[in-house]
Parts: sequence; C-alpha cells; structure tokens
Amino acid sequence: MRLLLKGGRVVDPRNGLDETRDVLIEGGKVLAVDATIDAEGVRTLGVEGKVVVPGLIDMHVHLREPGREDEETIESGTRAAARGGFVAVACMPNTNPPLDTGAAVRFVVSRARETGHVRVLPVGAITKGLAGAELAEAGELRRAGAVAVSDDGHPVMNSGIMRHAMEYACMFDLPIISHAEDAELSAGGAMNEGYWSTRLGLPGIPAAAEEAMVARDILLAGLTGARLHIAHVSTAGSVELVRRAKEKGVAVTCEATPHHFSLTDEAVAGYDTNTKVNPPLRCASDVEAVRRGLADGVIDAIASDHAPHTVEEKEVEYELAAFGMIGLETSLALAVTGLVRPGLLTLDQLVERMSCGPARILGLDWPGIVPGAEANITVIDPDASFLVDPAEFASLSRNTPFAGRRLFGKVAATIVAGKLAYEAPGVWPTR
Amino acid sequence: MALKHKDLLGLEYLDRDEIETILDTAVPMKEIFTRDIKKLPTLRGKTMVNLFYEPSTRTRTSFELAGKWMSADVTNIATSTSSVAKGESLKDTARTIEALGANFIVIRHQMAGAPHLVARTVRASVVNAGDGRHEHPTQALLDLFTIRERLGRIEGLKVAIVGDILHSRVARSNIWGLTKLGAHVTVCGPRTLIPPDVSRMGVEVTTSLDEALAGSDVVNVLRMQLERQKKGLFPSIREYSDLYGLTREKVKKCKPDVLILHPGPANLGVEITEEVAESPSAAVHQQVTNGVACRMAVLYLLSGGGKPGEVAA
Repeated sequence: MRLLLKGGRVVDPRNGLDETRDVLIEGGKVLAVDATIDAEGVRTLGVEGKVVVPGLIDMHVHLREPGREDEETIESGTRAAARGGFVAVACMPNTNPPLDTGAAVRFVVSRARETGHVRVLPVGAITKGLAGAELAEAGELRRAGAVAVSDDGHPVMNSGIMRHAMEYACMFDLPIISHAEDAELSAGGAMNEGYWSTRLGLPGIPAAAEEAMVARDILLAGLTGARLHIAHVSTAGSVELVRRAKEKGVAVTCEATPHHFSLTDEAVAGYDTNTKVNPPLRCASDVEAVRRGLADGVIDAIASDHAPHTVEEKEVEYELAAFGMIGLETSLALAVTGLVRPGLLTLDQLVERMSCGPARILGLDWPGIVPGAEANITVIDPDASFLVDPAEFASLSRNTPFAGRRLFGKVAATIVAGKLAYEAPGVWPTR
Repeated sequence: MALKHKDLLGLEYLDRDEIETILDTAVPMKEIFTRDIKKLPTLRGKTMVNLFYEPSTRTRTSFELAGKWMSADVTNIATSTSSVAKGESLKDTARTIEALGANFIVIRHQMAGAPHLVARTVRASVVNAGDGRHEHPTQALLDLFTIRERLGRIEGLKVAIVGDILHSRVARSNIWGLTKLGAHVTVCGPRTLIPPDVSRMGVEVTTSLDEALAGSDVVNVLRMQLERQKKGLFPSIREYSDLYGLTREKVKKCKPDVLILHPGPANLGVEITEEVAESPSAAVHQQVTNGVACRMAVLYLLSGGGKPGEVAA
C-alpha cells in the first residue's frame, strides 16, 4: 500500500525538522520526504493544518492479557493505543501468569502479532512471580523479546535483590524500570498523604514512600552502572533526586503520567474511585514540579500507566477499589491541553517526550521520518477539541477521571509500519 | 428552613444556618423525654434501616429510638448476619434495602466515603453514622447541642479536642461544626496521631496537653483505641495516660466552668479518669440523651420537615 501525506507540518526533533513537507510511504517504509511530492496511484491524505510526527510510544501500559481479559486484551488495548496516536506500547509484566519466563513473553509477542493493532514491546519481570525474592531469567526474557525488566505494581523491597537485578541486567543491556515505593511507608494508603487525606479521612501515602526508593535505586544504579528508569514520578522530591543524579552522571531516566501533571489530590474529594491510582495524585506543588521537570527535560518521557479495571472493581468503597486509571486514549490530548497549549512544552519537546525519549530509553531503532525508515507516524490536529466520552473508548475499561472534560489535540491518523492502524472518522477533506 | 440536601453525609457539607437549624429543631425534640408517652406521628409510614458494618450499641440504639419515637418503622441490619457475609457489594446491598422500601438508610462503615457511595446509588435519604476516620456528623451535632445547652453559646468559645485525632471521625466532624459556628479549636495528641496539615482545617495544633487545656471552655476527650499501640503509634498506654490522660489536676488548667465531653465508650483511667468523667463538669450522660434529640431533628428535617411555618414537635 502506498500512502501520501500531503501538506502537513512535519515535526521531527530526531532530524531537526519542523517544516511543511509531503511524506510518501511505500512497502512499510518512508520513501520520500519533500516540499512537494506528486505521485500517481497513491492514497493521498490531505493533512494541511495537521502535525505529522514520528509515531508516539507509550512506554508504560497494562494490557491485562493473559489473565484479565475482562479488563483488557492485547487486541483492545492496542486498538485503544492506535486511537490514542501510539504506534507502540511497552506492556508491564503483572499479568496472570506474570511475564517472568521466556514462554510468557513469547505468548505476548505472538498474540500481538496475531491480534495487535500497534507494536507491542513486552517488559519482563525482575523477579520470579514479581515476588521480589529470586531473579527471573533476564537472558531468556531478552531473547524472547523483552525490552526492559520491571516488577511494576510491586516494589522490589529487598535492596540486595535490586542490586543483583541491576548488575545482572547490565549483561543484556536491559533497562530496569523501577516502581519506586517503600511498601512499609505506603502500607494501607489509599491516596496522597496531606491536607486532603486528612480532610477526607482516607489513609495516606506520603511522598517519602516514593522518594526513599527513588533515592535508593539511584544509589544502586551508581553502584552497579545499570540503566535505571524510574516509572511514574509523582513528587517534587523525586524530580529533584533524578535531576541531581543526572547532573552527577548516573544513567537514570524517568517518566511522568498525564494524570500526575493534570490533577491534584483535591480530585479525590467526592470519593470518585476513578481518582485512585498508585502513585497517588499529589498536591499542587508536586504537580508543578512534574510539569517543570517535563519542560526542562529532567523527565524524559510521558507514559500513561494505562491500568484498566472493571466497573465492579471500581464501584466500591474507596479503600477497597483497585488502583489505576486508563490513559491511552487521553494521554496525548492531556499533554497538548496541559503542557503544549499553555506554552510549557513546544511541539518538538512533546514529540521528544512521547516518541524519541521512550525509544531511546527502550533502545529502539527510531530514526524518525526519513527515507528508508520504517513508517511509524502519528498525525495530530493540535487545535481540534473533543469531549472525553468513555463510551467511545476502544479500551474494554472505562476507569478514567477525565470523563466529560474538553481536551485539545485529536489524533487524525496512526500509521504503524506503513499501515493505517487508525484514522479518525471523517477527518480527511474529500478531494 | 429545611436542609438543602437529600442526605446527611458530614458537617463539612452543611453551612452555618443548616447546622443551627438542626440544633434549634433538636430543642423541642428533647422535650419528648419528659413526656409519659414518647411518641410523635412525624414519620408514620416511613421506614428506616440501620445498616451497621461496625459494632455499635450507643449510636445504633440512639438512631433506633429517634426513629421509633417519631413513629417510623425501624429495622437493623448487622453485617455479620446479612448477605454481606456472602460477599454482596455495598452498592448492591444499598439497592436491596431501597427495594425493601427504605426512606432512610443510616449507615456506619469502617471506610471513609462509604455513605457517599450509598447516597449516589439510592433515592432514600442517607445518614452517615460514622464512616472510617472521615465524619460522624450526628455525634458532632450532639456535642454542639450539649455545649449550647450548658454554656449558652458556641461562638468565641475555646475548645480543645484531645487524643487520637488521626483516626477520629468525631474530631473531624467537631472541627467542621465548631469552626463553622465560630469557636476556636485546638487539637492535641501525640505527634504520631495528628494528621498532616490539619491546621488547614482552621484549628490550632499542639502536642502539649497543658497548652491545649489552658483557658479552655470545652474539652472533648477522644477514645483511645488500645490496638494503636501495636502499630507503633505510641509506646504504651501508661505513657499515653501520663501525657494525655485528663485528671482532676489537669482540669484545673481549664476555665473554672469548663465542660468536658467524651463520645464514649470511655477507657476510664486511660484518656480520662472516672473521677473526671463523673464530675459535674462532665456531660457524658447528657450527651447520650441529647444524641437522640439531635438524630430526631436530623430525620425530621431530611424528611422535608422544617419548612417555613411548620412546627417541629
């Protein structure tokens, strides 16, 4: 299939490009990028007024397959990803069974090949059964296709095990993704500890529960030379710790979620369990620090931590509700609305945080929109707005705190290896 | 004036006028105690269900009597004997109770926000009888009523709340009610049992009992849950009692006509000595009586009573 994107603004920080360009795609690859391309027998999409960028990557999602196919499947989750503008997602290993063996990783790879709409990059477990006790076989996980290791959802509480995991991961050049949480400090908590937990009478999770582990893992990364990536940083203290570690030359990167730069813990008032997430929504000064960290690049990536849950797991008492919210279909728009439109991030930086940054952390070959490169492209209309309506989501789950919000930044098309994985209904002017 | 809400979920959600309306309405309700026949026809034909997920004698009985004296049909559900033990969700339980015809659901639950979930699910009026560490609005109402009865006013009074503030719904509801009615509130307890940023709720905070008591008009002593010691929140009952127990000596720091409240049940000899609890300064038993009157007022106002020109009782 040949595809011509005509008249769009190509924003590609990898290649220092921000110009109006036509992009011709053939055989899954970018064939040409030029001021004007005229080609016969090609499907032409008029993308005037839209932004054409290297395909977005969400490096932190939960696809729930195998084990909880009622919440999400690789098929539905990747359809949601395509709808959200993502050409690739890294899926976390806390499935049932967990991705702690080569066989489990191969299952995800093969299911993704059969049913996936976008590229799926499995993250293997750090420890067997995510139990934090014995190392999983990282070499085997790597061979099966894992791009990183993580016990996401569970902190590795034993510092000795974490040290060995880092040393061992170095042999395979696998980044370690740390879910930074001191489980003793966070025990029993349901929301951020602070004024709002006091007011609402909910048990709190202090910022120190996250920061203590961010600090520990930075020290261990310094000790071992491992590539450390901190998942979902949510506090001013965490951002500061990563900033100082980077200045010292420690190989550390980190990500932040759209909910952590968009909402404060005040959103919990009313006990809407869709606001229950781990790490929890923090206070205004933390949100501000995360936004600044994204702007100045201390935070390398925006990742959704897409965590689907059924209504039954959410429509219960706040303390009993499952942690997590979905994000694949709102992530880009929250970034455009909350970061780009207020002038915190340029489009260039947005693409850096949502495409090039994640690709670099995960060690992907990601040349951007240049001839010869695999055609992974997202077409965005940054000025178009929409009302968040969970009923329209491709995800099987509906647990978002953003329902009813008007957001800017619509996805017009998602192109994965040259194929249209998603095109917004009625988006192309007839010509 | 009537209440502007379908439910009573907390004093946080009421304005000063609404709180005062409830307190004013409770005054004639209390007169019923002096009558031979304790019965008003106010809620005839209405059904009230007490749904208690935590053990409670005092609050449950108080609500039960409040309903019965106003001629409501009252039934109690204790969760150990209900289908909750079979894993029924709170939402489903609430729908079932409504399908049985309940007009009022009085709920006590160990988790904050549980009454809110029920209130969103049903059309019946939901009354929070204590949710986790969040609120216990009718307890605070009876405390306010008792203060007003004994001291004649609330505005400008200096009130100390002493004990485990962190886990206390009584403390939170009292803070809302007292500050909205113009009292100066100080909370006092060991640092481990003071919740973060509580001063933003408009109160002073101190870990010194002497400081809290100095010149106070009212002292509200909270029950110390003895199991907190096991969680490492304080070293021993002995030390707690030594630092925060209200004794006759400590009471001397307060104003001479100080009023001492305790929501009960008290650990006599731990947070308060029996001597103080039974002294003329204390109103522990008066609080219990006033509780029924305040709950009658709440049920009456939630059922639509209290409109202009209507007589309460």
